[in-house]
Amino acid sequence: MSPTRLPLRQGAILALAASAAVTLAACGSSSPSNSNPLSGGSSKGTVVIGSANFPENQLLAQIYSTALQAKGVKVTDKFNIGAREVYYPQVEKGTISIIPEYNGTLLTVEVDKTSTAKTTDDVNAALKANLPSSMEILNSAAAQDSDSVTVTQAFAKAHNLTSIADLKAIDSKVIFGGPPEFPTRSDGLKGLKQNYGLTFKKFEPLDESGPITLAALKDGKVQAADVFTTTPQIITDKLVSLTDPKFNFAAQNVTPLVYKKAMTPTIISTLNAISAKLTTQELLAIDTKVIVDHENYQTVATDWLKSVGLMS
Amino acid sequence: MVWSWIPQNWGLIWQYTSDNALLGLVPPLIGLAISIPLGVVSVRWGWVYPPLLSLTSAVYAIPSLAVFVVLIDYTGLGNLTVIIALTLFSLCVLLPNVVDGLRGVSQPVRQAATAMGYGEIRRLVQVELPIATPVVIAGLRIAVVSSISLASVAQLIGVGSLGYFFIDGLQRDFPTEIYVGAFAVLALAFVSDMLLVTIGALLTPWRRGQRTLGGVWAISLAGTGR
Amino acid sequence: MSFLNFAWSWLKSAQQWHGQSGIPIRILEHLYYSGLSLLVAALIAIPLGVLVGHTGRGRFVLVNLANVWRAIPTLGLLILLVVLIGFSTLTWLIPLVVLAIPPILVNAYEGVAGVDPDLKDAALGMGMTQWQVVRKVEVPLASPLIVLGLRTAALFVVATATIAAVISLGGLGRYIIDGLAANNYAEVAGGATVIVVLALAVQVLFIGLRRLIVPAGLRAQAKASR
Repeated sequence: MSPTRLPLRQGAILALAASAAVTLAACGSSSPSNSNPLSGGSSKGTVVIGSANFPENQLLAQIYSTALQAKGVKVTDKFNIGAREVYYPQVEKGTISIIPEYNGTLLTVEVDKTSTAKTTDDVNAALKANLPSSMEILNSAAAQDSDSVTVTQAFAKAHNLTSIADLKAIDSKVIFGGPPEFPTRSDGLKGLKQNYGLTFKKFEPLDESGPITLAALKDGKVQAADVFTTTPQIITDKLVSLTDPKFNFAAQNVTPLVYKKAMTPTIISTLNAISAKLTTQELLAIDTKVIVDHENYQTVATDWLKSVGLMS
Repeated sequence: MVWSWIPQNWGLIWQYTSDNALLGLVPPLIGLAISIPLGVVSVRWGWVYPPLLSLTSAVYAIPSLAVFVVLIDYTGLGNLTVIIALTLFSLCVLLPNVVDGLRGVSQPVRQAATAMGYGEIRRLVQVELPIATPVVIAGLRIAVVSSISLASVAQLIGVGSLGYFFIDGLQRDFPTEIYVGAFAVLALAFVSDMLLVTIGALLTPWRRGQRTLGGVWAISLAGTGR
Repeated sequence: MSFLNFAWSWLKSAQQWHGQSGIPIRILEHLYYSGLSLLVAALIAIPLGVLVGHTGRGRFVLVNLANVWRAIPTLGLLILLVVLIGFSTLTWLIPLVVLAIPPILVNAYEGVAGVDPDLKDAALGMGMTQWQVVRKVEVPLASPLIVLGLRTAALFVVATATIAAVISLGGLGRYIIDGLAANNYAEVAGGATVIVVLALAVQVLFIGLRRLIVPAGLRAQAKASR
C-alpha cells in the first residue's frame, strides 16, 4: 500500500519515522569540518578557521583548512563572519584561531591607526610590535590584494587619469563607490582626503568589490570605485586601477593572523609553506576560477594545493 | 542554472539546510511553551489579553533584522540572538491562536467536565487543550514556516543558514546558488508544514476525513480544514 | 553601554539629521519603496481577490498561496532579482510587490467569500446587478478584512525594504548594514530604533485607516463580538 493510502495511525508513524531517520542521517553525515551551530567557541583540540564575507577570503581560508586537514589537524570552519571589525575581536579572544588577513589594512584599521608603514617589511615589523599579546602573524605571502581607486577605461581616457592624484581636478564631480566601511577607514575616504586632498561629490555604499560595485562602475552610477586588485573583472571588464604614488594604501600581503595558544609546529609550518607558494598571479588565477567560473571553493583549494606540491 | 553544482555541493547544502532547520524549528516550539501558559492566563483573566495582544502585534511589526540587531548587545553575534528573536516572532503568532483555541471550547463542554469531577488543571489539559489543538496547530504551522524563512536573514549577522547561498551567489554573480538556496527554504518549509499537519491529525483522531494519511494531506492542501 | 545608550549617542548627533544619508532622506526613501510597492500590489490584489471571492473560481490556488507565501525567503528574492536583471527600480519593486500581494489577495477573497449568501440573494432580489452587489454589498462588508490585509502587507513590505540595503538600496536598512560593516554599533542601534518607530507608525496609520474606511456599523459589530 502506498503511504498515502495507509490508515492514519500507521501512515503517520511511518512518515515521522522516516523524517527522524533523515534528520539523524543529516546530523551524522556532517564532515569533520562542519560548523556545529550550537557551539559558541572552539572545542578543545579543534582549530577554528574563520573568513571574512567575500569569496577570495573564503577561498584562502578554505586552502588553509584543506591543507591542515590533510596534515591531520582537526579543523572547524566558520566562514563568512563579516568584515574585519567583526572578526578581529574573535581572534583576539581565541574563538577564531586562524584567519587570512591583509597586513597593511590590518595594521591601519585595527592595530595602529597612526602607523605610516607602507612596505611589506615595515608593515610586518609594525604589526609584530603592536599586535595584542594573544595574537601573532605568520609569514606573509608574496600575493597582494589591495584596495584601489579604479575607473573604467573610457573615464580614464576622457580625463587623462593615470594616478589617484589626477582625480583632484574633477573630484567634486565624482561619485565614489566602495564597501560600506570605506568612509571611516583611515586608508578609505579619510586617507584619500589626507594624502591627495580629494573630496568626492558623494559616497555610495556598494559591496566588497563584487558584482554590485562592478555594475555600478560600468553603468556609471559611480565614476570611481574601490575595486580589490585581484578582482578578475579588472581584466575582463578592462578597468584601470589608478597608481598610488603617495602610498595611501599600504602593502597588502596575504598573511595569516593567528591566536597564539592554538598554534602547533605543524600548523605553523603548513601555513608558512602555503604563503611561500602564493603569488599575486596565482591568487588572481584561483580567484577567477571561483568568482567567474563558479567552481567550488573546496575543489579549487585542493587543486591548487596539489598543483604547487603541498598536497599529494 | 548549473545542475551539476548540486551534487558537487551536496554536503554544504545539507549542512546549511540542517542549520536553517534548527533555527526554524526550535523557536516556534519554545514560543509554544511560552504561549500556552500566557494564553491560559489571558483566558482566565480577560483584561490581560488586549494589552498583551497590542504588545505582541507591535513586536511582530518590527523588521527581523532590527530585532536581531537590538539583541546583539545582550546575547552577542550567535545562534542565541537569532533563536530569541524568532521565538519572539513565533510568540506573536501563537498567542492569538492559543487564546482563540481555548475560547473556542464551549461552555457546556466545560461545565460537563466540571460536573464529571475534573479539577481546573485536569480540565485544561485533558479537555480544553485537546479541543484547541487544531487552532493551535494552525498557528504553529504559520510560526514554523515564517521562522524557516526568517532564519535565512540571520546570515546577515554572520549566523549560518541557507542565507549563505544568497550572499555567496550575490558575490559571485552565480544564480544557481540562489535558486538552490531558495528551493531549499521552500522545501524545508513545505516538509515541516506537512509534518505538523500529520502531527495535528494524530493528536485529534476524532476529526472527520482523517482515516488515511493521504486524506489528511489532501484536506490540508484543499485548505478546508484550516 | 546598553542598546539605548548606543542608539541615543548616535541619534542626538546633529549630522545624522542632515545631508544625503541623513535620517529624513532615508525615511523618505524607505516610505517610497514601501508605499509604491503597496500601491501596485493593492491595485492588482484587491480586484483579483474580490473577483475570486464573488465568483468562487480559482479558490484552490488562492488558499494554497496563503500557505506558500510566508515561506518565501525575502533576502533570496531581492538578491535573485539583482543578479538576474541588474540594478533598476524593478529590482526592488518586483520582490516587494510579490510579497505584498498574497496577504491582500487572500484577505480580499475571504472578505468577499465570507459575505452571507442570504445578503447577496436579497440584494439580487432587490434588482441590483452583479456589479452593484459587489460594489454596494460585498466590498463594504469585506472592508475590515481588506484593510487588515493591507496592514499585514505593509508590515512585510516595510520589513523587506529594511533588508534591501544588502543590494545597496537606500532606506533605513542602510544604517544597519553599514554599521555592521564598520562595527559601529551606535549606528546600528540608532538605525534600528528609527526603524522600530517607523514600523509602528505605519501600523498605527493603518489602524487609523480602518476607522476611515470601514463603515461604522461594521466596526461596532466587530467590537461587540470580541
